[in-house]
Amino acid sequence: MFLSERRRGQLAALSIAAVVIIVGVPLWWRTTETYRAWLPVSQIKELAKLQLQLSADVEVVFARGTVTPEQQKKVPLTQTQEEERAIDGDLIILFLILLIRNTKLESKFFSCHVLFLPEDTALSESPCGSLVVYVIPESSSLLPEDVNVYIGQRRTALLRIGPQMRVGKTLEQLLAHLEPRIKQVLQVMSFSHNDITAALSDRVRFSPDNKESIADSMRAFKSSPGYEITFSLLNPDPKSHRLHWDIEGAVQTYIQPLLTKLSPVANFSIDSQTLYYTMLGVNPRFDTSRSAYTLNADSLAHVINPVEARLGSNAASSNPVLNFLLYVPDAQHSPLYIQGRKKQEVPSNAFHSPRWGGIMVYNVNGFYGSEPEFPVDINIDMAKVMGVFLAQLRLLLGVQSSTPPPGFLVARCGSTGLADWELDRLMWSRSVENVATATTTITSLAQLLDQIGNIVINDNIAQQVSSAVTSLQLAVAELEAGNLGFALQYSKEAILASEKAFFDPSLLHLLYFPDDQKFAIYIPLFLPMCVPILLSLLKIVSEARQRLEC
Amino acid sequence: MSKYAAAQKQAEPAVLQPTPQPKDDFQEELVVRPLHSGDIYASFQFRTLWETDFMRGNKVSHYRLFPKSLGQVISKFSVRELHISFTQGYWRTMQWGQPYLPSPPGAELWVWFQDSVTDVDATWKELTNVLSGIFCASLNFIDSTNTVQPSASFKPLGIGNVTDHRFLRYATLPREIVCTENLTPWKKLLPCGSKAGLAVLLKSEKLFHSSFHSQAVHIRPVCQDWQCKTTSWELRQTLNVVFDLHNSGQGKREWSLFKMFSRTLTEACPLASSSKIYIDITDNPEQFELSPATSLLSQAMVLGDRRTFSVYDLTQQDTFGSVRSLNLLIRWKSTEGDMLRPLLHAERYVAGYGLQTGEIHTLMYNHHPYRSFPVLLLDSVPWYLRLYIHTLTVTSKGKDNKPSYIHYQPSKDRVRPHLLEMLVQLPPNSVTEVTVQFERALLKWTEYTPDPNHGFYVGSSVISSLVPSTVAMDTNSTRERPLFSSFFPCKEESSYFVRVYTEPLLVNLPTPDFSMPYNVICLTCTVVAVGYGSLYNLLTRSFQIEEPSPGLAKRIANVIRKMRGVPPL
Repeated sequence: MFLSERRRGQLAALSIAAVVIIVGVPLWWRTTETYRAWLPVSQIKELAKLQLQLSADVEVVFARGTVTPEQQKKVPLTQTQEEERAIDGDLIILFLILLIRNTKLESKFFSCHVLFLPEDTALSESPCGSLVVYVIPESSSLLPEDVNVYIGQRRTALLRIGPQMRVGKTLEQLLAHLEPRIKQVLQVMSFSHNDITAALSDRVRFSPDNKESIADSMRAFKSSPGYEITFSLLNPDPKSHRLHWDIEGAVQTYIQPLLTKLSPVANFSIDSQTLYYTMLGVNPRFDTSRSAYTLNADSLAHVINPVEARLGSNAASSNPVLNFLLYVPDAQHSPLYIQGRKKQEVPSNAFHSPRWGGIMVYNVNGFYGSEPEFPVDINIDMAKVMGVFLAQLRLLLGVQSSTPPPGFLVARCGSTGLADWELDRLMWSRSVENVATATTTITSLAQLLDQIGNIVINDNIAQQVSSAVTSLQLAVAELEAGNLGFALQYSKEAILASEKAFFDPSLLHLLYFPDDQKFAIYIPLFLPMCVPILLSLLKIVSEARQRLEC
Repeated sequence: MSKYAAAQKQAEPAVLQPTPQPKDDFQEELVVRPLHSGDIYASFQFRTLWETDFMRGNKVSHYRLFPKSLGQVISKFSVRELHISFTQGYWRTMQWGQPYLPSPPGAELWVWFQDSVTDVDATWKELTNVLSGIFCASLNFIDSTNTVQPSASFKPLGIGNVTDHRFLRYATLPREIVCTENLTPWKKLLPCGSKAGLAVLLKSEKLFHSSFHSQAVHIRPVCQDWQCKTTSWELRQTLNVVFDLHNSGQGKREWSLFKMFSRTLTEACPLASSSKIYIDITDNPEQFELSPATSLLSQAMVLGDRRTFSVYDLTQQDTFGSVRSLNLLIRWKSTEGDMLRPLLHAERYVAGYGLQTGEIHTLMYNHHPYRSFPVLLLDSVPWYLRLYIHTLTVTSKGKDNKPSYIHYQPSKDRVRPHLLEMLVQLPPNSVTEVTVQFERALLKWTEYTPDPNHGFYVGSSVISSLVPSTVAMDTNSTRERPLFSSFFPCKEESSYFVRVYTEPLLVNLPTPDFSMPYNVICLTCTVVAVGYGSLYNLLTRSFQIEEPSPGLAKRIANVIRKMRGVPPL
């Protein structure tokens, strides 16, 4: 009787423990669970490795006199060149697809003596991201003596065969001779290792030897779907100067063609304003030898801050703003010149600040005349100003005019201010940068969600993440296929979707209680419930052990 | 424009060029009114006019005097009219008379959108967020629960004939505190900043050391000429401040620009086409004297009254005299004289006791001796005060006064507030009382503000009216006027528009103890644990009969018996 009573007690304790474990714990788990939508984690992990393949179609056209007719028949139609580069663990494969076209009809064009020939022919119409290289014989008079490669405004280049490649060499030799030079052309016109490294600067740490390229890559704005360009006329002395600038006409004439050309890369909006009584942050020094005021290159860094407070942020969008300031010094501090590091005068009297914009100082003391009667009406010469701003705009947007290797002749850019291949170059690096940024965003979002277990993941976030992942995969695929236009388009979509998911307000960590606070609330229930169960379980176990020992 | 550019390229040097007529214009103005109480009222107005069209399709926009940030707001959100005001302190109408530009305590924002806007609510939400960034204010707290669409009270002030109130949004934040961080961005919108002109006087350490401070921005389209062939955008920035006699004036009835603003004026803003200071000297010379004296006088009809002003033109060099700085001095000679009582005046308070129900009383005073006039009353009450609209009564002179127009929109919990608009006729020389009862709702735990025991604000009621002019009231004309001019009151002067704001209400809501959820959880858990513990004990313990131990009395007795050497019980 006594034993069975004990037995009953033990059974009761065990069954209560069983109920708590089988019913209670799952019930508590289910009711306090947060909603977490499914995320494509495995695909994100795959993307995080970032294996990019870039391939560019290069069409090689042999002009008459470079290959013999029987060689022509033997020329392979396509040939693929590969170049593998690993950048800090990320594998980048640069593909080079050579499409070799046999042709002799070019003689008609090449017989003309004009240098800029292939520009307006229908032949040069090639899709975005591809190149056409015309191989011309060594004796050709199309190019000047010392020029071996000519790069046109469109996606074309003329390549002169080296002197050692006379007719009669075998085709293999010819191709082997051409290959490194075509690669060189490609590096100038499409992408080079440095460009790609710079575009991946978010993910890659620079090796210290290429400081120049660091400065270059830091200068340009980060890739963004849109930019706001603001021109500000700073007039610190409206009592003396009444300034007039025809900014509307100047924008139409000088800036708009470039932006129209750049429209595949990003959207641009332009506005301008006039600010009065805006002072520079530093006092210029008076240089008695020139009877002019000078600004040292070292002090330029302090110029911007007080001005920036007046510029005003853009109320209507959150795109990055490119500021271009035209500063007309006040009558007392005029003329004002910017002095370079080596104490020489900067001819443009302007400077730019990386990822911020440019400032130009415009001296007006030439307008005073002999008997100045203040205020003086001054019309600003917009051609001079816009020339400077246009050059700065190109730099800040990342259209780099890298110095071509010796023997290269680059055509002057035409009315648009941007050659087709320069646009391509920009699009290559922007696509890679977008892909890299979007992957980083998505990866860190996945990491964050993984680390903080009690964040609710709503369906809309999961949807944004999946669409970002899909766009990224498409962008990578298009880069691989060499469809630059589509690649850029998809990479932009990927960036938009990933940013939207990342900055969603519902993902704010502070909205959720940390675990220790939650358990502090549970303790008054859990402690009195669990202690007797645990104690009686311990007791049962020890009794069972004793019984075994007996 | 391009034609002009071409012309400019041909001719050199550029100095001799005819400069284009600017399409924008800037004016600045300061009105100083010595108040009867010895306080002083200073009202700044800065007006920028710009002949342009924000609604044209092209994206390029070029700003000269007009601030870029506001221009972008107008064109992005298709705003037709925007009025925003930030006020610290309450305008005491009975002491100070009517202000030139009335505004309620806290922040007030009302916007008319273009009729091309399809989703007005989303645009409004985005606009308030952007404005809160521009003015450094908590306008982002404006949401559907404090936004209303008044049907009659806020008509567009600019040109345009769209009066469909679907495109109007009105919201107030009575709790908003106005300080330097709101003044700085407001000053930045001025073309001269605070570097030149009248804006030099706007120093925050003095402006906020005052009994009343209000700053506002009004944007509206106006006619450029009398035929209204071209329209332009008008940006009016106003700042009103009342300095207190005892606080900032040290009790002396003597004011100067330096004493008020701790600055004097040395120049006009060079960009301003006109820059003037007006001193209201209607009561001069009986009451106060002015130095330096000016010969320029100007008369204007202000708020139904004919006032005389001394004018100082800052664009004239001789205004500043030989010391090259202007420090206006106003000295009272006597403290006698009456102030003209404002004809319309309103008050509001909460009555009732306890935390369940209450009653809102709105009193509207008509001080006109013999004329009655209609007023439009707008009340926007948050949803957590549940108005019993059947208890609405309007009484004047002890009699029921039936409103001729009532527009009532009931609230929805957590979605929208109550909106009550009424057109009430105020009998002459009377007080009209509007009462309505309400019940206080219980809020959810997270809906309480950080300081819930302070109470919850209910925005000011707005009373808009056309008030008969005091000039027309002036029947026994003592002023020297030709007899033929004074028989019929002329029409323009017969009435004028007035908007009066009442005090905001501060209502206490039933406020829980905020550690309550934790206490409840703990208590429930303890109860559950106690119940569970005894049940667990009953189920798992085995019971056996034990020899009952001797009682306490028996044990004590045994101890005593032991000490006595007697055998225990």
